[in-house]
Amino acid sequence: MAGPRPDERPQPTARRNAQGIRIDPDAEAEPAQRTAVISALVDHEPGVLSRVSGLFSRRQFNIESLTVGPTTVEGHARITLVIHETEPGIDQAKKQLGKLKPVIALGELGDNAVRSELVLLKVRGDEPDKVHAITEMYEGRTLDAGPRTITVEITGHERKIDDAVDAFRQFGIIEISRTGQTALERGDSPTTPGEEPGHSAATDDATPNYDD
Amino acid sequence: MSESANPAADAAEDEEASADATTVAPANGAAAVVAALESADVETAFGVQGGAIMPVYDALYSSSIEHVTMAHEQGAAHAADAYGVVTGTPGVCLATSGPGATNLVTGIADASMDSDAMLALTGQVPSHMVGSDAFQETDTTGVTAPITKHNYFASDSKTVGDVVGEAFALAEVGRPGPTLVDLPKDVSFGETDRAPKLPEAPARSKPDPEADAEEVEAAASVIERAEKPLCLFGGGVVKGDATDEARAFAREHGIPVVTTMPGIGSFPEDDDLCLSWAGMHGTGYANMAISHTDCLIAVGTRFDDRLTGGVDTFAPGADVVHVDIDPAEISKNVHADYPVVGDAGTVLEQLEVAMERSPDAKEWCEQCTAWREEYPMDYAVDADEPVKPQFVVEAFDAATGDDAIVTTGVGQHQMWAAQYWTFTEPRTFVSSHGLGTMGYGLPGAIGARLAADDDREIVCFDGDGSFLMTIQELSVAVRENLDITVVVLNNEYIGMVRQWQDAFFEGRHMASEYDWMPEFDKLAEAFGARGFRIDSYDEVADVVGEALAYDGPSVVDAHIDPRENVYPMVSSGGANGEFALTEDQL
Ligand SMILES: Cc1ncc(C[n+]2csc(CCOP(=O)(O)OP(=O)(O)O)c2C)c(N)n1
Repeated sequence: MAGPRPDERPQPTARRNAQGIRIDPDAEAEPAQRTAVISALVDHEPGVLSRVSGLFSRRQFNIESLTVGPTTVEGHARITLVIHETEPGIDQAKKQLGKLKPVIALGELGDNAVRSELVLLKVRGDEPDKVHAITEMYEGRTLDAGPRTITVEITGHERKIDDAVDAFRQFGIIEISRTGQTALERGDSPTTPGEEPGHSAATDDATPNYDD
Repeated sequence: MSESANPAADAAEDEEASADATTVAPANGAAAVVAALESADVETAFGVQGGAIMPVYDALYSSSIEHVTMAHEQGAAHAADAYGVVTGTPGVCLATSGPGATNLVTGIADASMDSDAMLALTGQVPSHMVGSDAFQETDTTGVTAPITKHNYFASDSKTVGDVVGEAFALAEVGRPGPTLVDLPKDVSFGETDRAPKLPEAPARSKPDPEADAEEVEAAASVIERAEKPLCLFGGGVVKGDATDEARAFAREHGIPVVTTMPGIGSFPEDDDLCLSWAGMHGTGYANMAISHTDCLIAVGTRFDDRLTGGVDTFAPGADVVHVDIDPAEISKNVHADYPVVGDAGTVLEQLEVAMERSPDAKEWCEQCTAWREEYPMDYAVDADEPVKPQFVVEAFDAATGDDAIVTTGVGQHQMWAAQYWTFTEPRTFVSSHGLGTMGYGLPGAIGARLAADDDREIVCFDGDGSFLMTIQELSVAVRENLDITVVVLNNEYIGMVRQWQDAFFEGRHMASEYDWMPEFDKLAEAFGARGFRIDSYDEVADVVGEALAYDGPSVVDAHIDPRENVYPMVSSGGANGEFALTEDQL
């Protein structure tokens, strides 16, 4: 075959980075990662959780936590996902999630959203008063107190939970179980696009109304 | 196909039954499944019988749907896939639970990677036994979740027909893909008198074909300003039936075209604007054009790494306009500077309206022509030497019409078929692209044959290794007397592996030498097909003529130059423009 060899051909000097974005070679920077809280409203049907978690493991998204539970609308559940990824990674995760058939709507929550997590902590019971004091400090509850162990529950923002766990370390933490974050958008703004917060419960007798 | 010895009686019975089907409600879940397929206008289904799927087969007994029994479920899945590619409607395959379902898996994964619409129906053990590791139980929805667009576990005889209809419709709506319905035996047997709803995809799965007007405007203006614009047409152009719009767009604005391998046929390869396909074994000129374009108009492609090589060197100077129906494809592999989400044909028409002038690309077109002359696709023919595979491909191309359909296995032969056959029509190159499944060729040819009009030729180019993987389907081609021609480009190697071993493993041919191959022409005769053999150039013309003229399945065992390798070649992860033309350039 004719034609010059590879090294003799005119070749462009421009480049793209690993995300396929054109780069200025002098100003190439590693894309920063950030934490995103994604809320997905899904059909409450068998297998939906495994579809979501399977998608995330298959595509190697860096998942921090995942919580799921029913909403006030019968047949709907909300999945809250926290992921730590680059901007294109977060974008891709949202789009892939949006393609799953059981996903009704999804949105990324702003910094302003209400977020909360629950942790159960089992510590040694040698110093019950001190444990009680720390529990009070973090507005927690004692769920079980025996001669050897005390189990408490703390809820709140991720940072508060982290701090509480740190504070309990002095007693010797025996076991710990964290739920991962769950979150809702503040005020009238819907958590996922098109969602009408709370209204369904008032109109549908079949679903429990939590205000009762 | 009915297995009865009395076809005449069957035909009468079939007619009666199909007349009944519209008036009488289904008696059980299985009948509802079949009624749903009928109302989706399914004409042909491919499968293998078995315990858990038996009720569905029993319901098919009195249906007008033609059932083609395959030798292996993998064959059923590939045949259904190819049938779907050729007809443009989802192919249907059936299998029993457990091993039947797992044998479908490769074919489902293949369809998934190529965005081919397909519906798989699998039997399942009775609901009360699910989860107990019952005989022939497999978690089919679990196994196939990552390789289907969506799958369903049918749990109710009353709604199973609706579910099957929805699954069928979902497979073809928007970006096509395979769907699956798992059918527990009790659900198939369970009574129902409800006729299934008309097949319809869920509303939220139906994407808007039209793109955002602002996105279109932005893309139009960057194309107008381009000096080196290049169209890249992918499989989405073919699957989205957008070839007319794609051809009109490129011609109207005088923009050169490269395609991806799945995009073959979207633009006629004998057109002056066409630079053929780009990627690892694409033409030198297509790859040079990719490397130097300043505006890449990519339609219906997912930027597979076999196309892009390393993304850092892919079209590095180009503004990328990316048109796709699936928003998740936008900026997944290559960042889209101008994303346009919508149906390929609709968006190309929108772009046409939005563009006020054509880009000034005269010099660029001349450059592309120069590259075409600089890096021609050719090979040496020496009468004393073994036959070159490229010559065989060209001989079959010359002897068949434009609408002939080519299917392939995976390996060097696939690349030669793609390189040396001049494709001019969509849905004529039916191959395993994304998954690269050896063994796709023969069942693919069977599916294509049943989908296409009788007067179209079906030629399967296979490798010796690939052919052996699904060779048992030859029995089906013989039973159904399908007019297909399988051309085995026999090099007694799994050649593509040998090529890589030569290039990157210092020539150590570990497990790639297949000098224990059977004589395929004789094996064909043993199956009841016609067998031919080619050993030298002077046999080619006659064999091509006879094999194509034979009205039934024939196998041409073409003994080709075993040392021949596929070039050009972009090394994996390399830059498109740095393709090698010979091994020492790698
Ligand atoms: C099912 C499967 N197994 C393994 C491979 C890896 N593979 C890719 S090409 C190739 C060689 C194919 O050999 P053959 O069919 O004889 O075709 P040739 O390359 O010789 O034309 C192999 C083994 C594959 N693609 N598919």
